[in-house]
Amino acid sequence: MNELEYAPQAPTRGTTPRAHSPRAHITYVDDPLSTSPQAPAEPDPQIVPPVRTIVLDRAPEPVRPPAQREAVRRALEADGPERLRLEDVSVAYSAKTAVRSVSLSIHQGEVLALIGPSGCGKTTLLRTLNRLTELTPSATRSGRIVLDGHDIHDLEDTALRARVAMVFQQPNPFPMSIFDNVAFALREQSRRRPRRPELEPLVIDALRRAGLYDEVKDDLHRPALRLSGGQQQRLCIARAIAPRPEVLLMDEPCSALDPISTGVIEELIHELRRELAVVIVTHNLAQAQRVADKVAFMYLGDLVEYGPAQQVFEDPRAPRTRDYVRGAFG
Amino acid sequence: MSSFASEPALGASGLSSAPRRGRGSSMRTWRWSDRLIWLAAWTAGLLLCAVAAAIVLYMGYRGVQYLRPSLLFSHPQPSGNQAGSGGFLDPLLGTALLTFIGILLAAPLAICSALWIVEYGHGGRTRQALTRIVESSIEIVAGTPDILIAVFGVAIFQLHFLRFASEGSEGGGVTGRSFLAAGAMMSLIALPPLFVATRDGLQAVPTHMREAAFALGKTRIATIRRVLLPSVRPNIATGVTLGISRIIADTAIVLVLLGDELRLSPHPGGLPVLNVLRGAGSSLTSYVYDNSPAGEGGAPQKAYAAAVVLLLFVLLLNLAVEWIARHQARSSGSVAAGGFV
Repeated sequence: MNELEYAPQAPTRGTTPRAHSPRAHITYVDDPLSTSPQAPAEPDPQIVPPVRTIVLDRAPEPVRPPAQREAVRRALEADGPERLRLEDVSVAYSAKTAVRSVSLSIHQGEVLALIGPSGCGKTTLLRTLNRLTELTPSATRSGRIVLDGHDIHDLEDTALRARVAMVFQQPNPFPMSIFDNVAFALREQSRRRPRRPELEPLVIDALRRAGLYDEVKDDLHRPALRLSGGQQQRLCIARAIAPRPEVLLMDEPCSALDPISTGVIEELIHELRRELAVVIVTHNLAQAQRVADKVAFMYLGDLVEYGPAQQVFEDPRAPRTRDYVRGAFG
Repeated sequence: MSSFASEPALGASGLSSAPRRGRGSSMRTWRWSDRLIWLAAWTAGLLLCAVAAAIVLYMGYRGVQYLRPSLLFSHPQPSGNQAGSGGFLDPLLGTALLTFIGILLAAPLAICSALWIVEYGHGGRTRQALTRIVESSIEIVAGTPDILIAVFGVAIFQLHFLRFASEGSEGGGVTGRSFLAAGAMMSLIALPPLFVATRDGLQAVPTHMREAAFALGKTRIATIRRVLLPSVRPNIATGVTLGISRIIADTAIVLVLLGDELRLSPHPGGLPVLNVLRGAGSSLTSYVYDNSPAGEGGAPQKAYAAAVVLLLFVLLLNLAVEWIARHQARSSGSVAAGGFV
């Protein structure tokens, strides 16, 4: 990447506002229009992740022949044990399809960012992973989602949701104390109700992993709603990771937060991925670039492109992805 | 507002040296329609204050001069003259007992039906139709005059299989009059406000709160017990007060269904508490009615004294529940703290 050639005043990543972009605050590490005398290495045709070309007003056709699917799967499995596998997952609300036959795999130790314009099905897909879509009576799902070898359809929803935790867009702590918020997640997991002395180390550990403990340790019995927005969101993360889930779903976790809190939470995501698989939905492309290892771009319910973050941002193969990551639409 | 307006005008132009107030900031520049509404709103509010003050002050003035502490602790006596007619301990106990039974029966019913409507009643056309039917039934109960509820209650509790609830008459028939019967009908009166308060509270709990609990792998019942009910506790408290004040205020049901005996008259024989519940009695409202010039008692001084006690009862109750609700709202961060044991 010859960043310095076209951005000499800003050697760090992503600080060159582009005048032609409607999102002037989003910048790109590498702009294929201005650079690329040296074309990026042709990806090995054996391990090309899925790409679809999209023609507006028409259902997209997969570019890649299905024979490559197995090769792709193996290639992507390299970086950690597979936690979640989506096979041909479709979700519809009544007659309206929100997610159309998405296949993905999510590994431990990686952050997968789902990006795409509003209404493209990112959040629906995310909520399908812990079967929260089932709360909407009109939602129907097809395809298979496999968590550690078990179809999530066969797991009890409460057990599944303890293993696939979720953090929401709006910080939503319960109107209880900080301690009780985290303890609530831990209690009732077991038949026998654990007592306070048994819970305390677990609660403190969760708060510590969420990077909140030092700020609240003086009074864990303060009402959670008195915390600041960023602290509340970290409390929600602590609450989610307290039962030691395998996958953490995050639905635009920073969109209600200021840049400093956002930075803290992004740091936290970096830390957390060591023990979890993280799936994050974000509208903020810069954020996706900062936190994600893999990126999946969705458009109108289709998974258009899925691949390593760097590749999706710097050398997207689908024209629509290129337009989106360059800020042409969305 | 005023501090902002009185600040010297900023800017270097110096065009306006005197502080200027924007158009519409003072009443002098209001439109006539605005002034009229303003006047009407204030008049209505003050008028209501005056009415409330008049009731409290008049009843207080008339009542307090006849109120003796001994009245609260002595049984009423059937007597022709006021001096010998005793106090109103029994009606006081009667009111308390009726309130207790009524709320005890109404609260679970109201809370459960509100939970059902808000938490389980979505989805499916049949279920939505059912919820609508339930809601309109409760509205019908709320709109029924209490005398109708009372007469209906007599009809019900005179049924033979409900004879355990009331004392039998000499001829072997069932009177249908007892604390149990009156309390059960009172619960119908207390139910609508309790239901509405709980339902509105539940509907005001944001969806993301439920989703947060579900996303943690909580069952519906755990979500209801640990998250929803604690957050609607102030609403339930408000509903309970409204219900209590309706029960305390009711006269028709007492006159028809409680037998309107001056004293608590336990059912002969049987268990010590149950026989009171099966027996007849009176309440403060029926006592006031009986002793007022309208009734037969002819002890208007006692009626005034009882009325002031009734009024104090209701006022204290309102204050208490308001305090509970506010106290819980203030510490809303820890409403559920006590819920975890």
